[in-house]
Amino acid sequence: MFSLPAYLEMVRMKFLMMLAYRVNYYSGILVYAINIGAYYFLWQAIYGDNQTMQGFTVAQMTTYIAVGWMARAFYFNNLDREIANEIRDGSVAIQMIRPYSYLMSKMMQGFGEGLFRILLFSTPGMVLVSLLLPVDLPTDWRVWPVFLLMLAFSFLINSQINILVGLFAFFVENNAGMMSMKRILVDLCSGLIVPLTFFPTWASSVLEWLPFQAITYLPASVFVGRVTGSAVWEVLLLQFVWFVVLLIPIWLVWQRARRRLFVQGG
Amino acid sequence: MHYLSLFFDYIKIYMKTKLTYRSDLWIEIVSDLLFQGLNLLFILVVFMHTDLLGDWTRDEMIFIYGYFMVPYGLFTAFFNMWNFTERYIIKGEMDRVLTRPVHNLFQLVLENIDPSSLFGALSGVVIMVYAGTQLGLDWAWYDPLVLVLLVLSSMMVYFGVYVSLIAIGFFTDSQTGILPLVWNLQNYGRYPVDIYNRVIRFSLTWVLPFAFVGVHPASYFLKKGEWQLYAFLTPLMGVAFFLLALWIWNVGVNRYRGAGS
Repeated sequence: MFSLPAYLEMVRMKFLMMLAYRVNYYSGILVYAINIGAYYFLWQAIYGDNQTMQGFTVAQMTTYIAVGWMARAFYFNNLDREIANEIRDGSVAIQMIRPYSYLMSKMMQGFGEGLFRILLFSTPGMVLVSLLLPVDLPTDWRVWPVFLLMLAFSFLINSQINILVGLFAFFVENNAGMMSMKRILVDLCSGLIVPLTFFPTWASSVLEWLPFQAITYLPASVFVGRVTGSAVWEVLLLQFVWFVVLLIPIWLVWQRARRRLFVQGG
Repeated sequence: MHYLSLFFDYIKIYMKTKLTYRSDLWIEIVSDLLFQGLNLLFILVVFMHTDLLGDWTRDEMIFIYGYFMVPYGLFTAFFNMWNFTERYIIKGEMDRVLTRPVHNLFQLVLENIDPSSLFGALSGVVIMVYAGTQLGLDWAWYDPLVLVLLVLSSMMVYFGVYVSLIAIGFFTDSQTGILPLVWNLQNYGRYPVDIYNRVIRFSLTWVLPFAFVGVHPASYFLKKGEWQLYAFLTPLMGVAFFLLALWIWNVGVNRYRGAGS
């Protein structure tokens, strides 16, 4: 933590870099909106005449989809691919001799990207979607700060998983398959595509023991009002616990990885 | 003939590279299949809570999905240029491609073949056979031929969309991010388009015609009344988008000036 100003500078640089590639971001908003729209219609058709399914009302479901995707717009990053690329082209070696923590710097760059996305992407996107679709925003103001805090943990946990998968490039040289597998797993197991309660009992009880639900399902459940009162603190605690637990494998992999780094070509 | 022998040479190169990183090849195939499996899981999970999606049953949805996998698997086996702008335009590799004696697009396709995707197409066929048996579809003698025709047409639709999109690289070298986004959109073609509203339905049929890589051609075999008309449109759309893409591509290549360094 000695180099906090350096880390803040990384956040700022990444933020500015994102600003420079604005076209990327315009098309992004559009397609996230279309994604939300398509899932909205899909779920409308699934509900048909039913008013509630698995404890979700139609309105809650619509809100869940909207907030789930907009949260994804915030927490999503390509840290895994960036790390894997740097390992493969050998530039990780240069980064490792610099006077800051490599993983911390990656996390900060991810945060700069996330900051850009939440300010210029998720927030306007959510406004747009709530104008177009029957989304119920929380009326209790206290939900908002808690939700933002939970979003921060979504970002941390998702980035941790990304870093972990990215670091596997130290061991397998080409982990592209693993990274796409991870992306699919996160989208499905986090409850973005289907809320956890829709899974068969055995599957949802397995998923409750995995970190993925902390990325989408828990924060979105708080947002749509499926989790209220003191239960909110429990899910927040659960997120925090996963954040701490995930530090362990990252630390272990990083220790082992540093010892077996070999740079191909270069 | 010359093109064909080149093709086999590149397959040989592909095999050699893949055999160098053997475990990665298997991970790639498994993750590919897992991806398809998870999509199937979505359909299965959803139908645990409902009998009909619109007026489509579970097995019909599975059949559409199986069909969707076939042209997609075949197409990605021969088209794997998702990082075209970065690799060929920004890094200037296109210079090298243009000096080769075969047509530049053909050369690009050859350099990027990825036959491991064929496993996806194969499992698509298995899924179609499974769902078809469940549905008790009767196959006329000419239906396998129709299937080949429709799959080819769907591949041409993919070709049309993605070649046009990567040709954007010739006009602007900044990353547009449009490719992964459109790739996300194509997944909506595997659900019946009548569940969407009119704007989306229209776009999926005429603008980014991903309905023609899944639901429309598949409904020919499902004998779904009104939708069959669209099934017959598939070859027309395929050819139209194919030609459009070739035209855009050739215009783009003429604008290519090479990278700075």
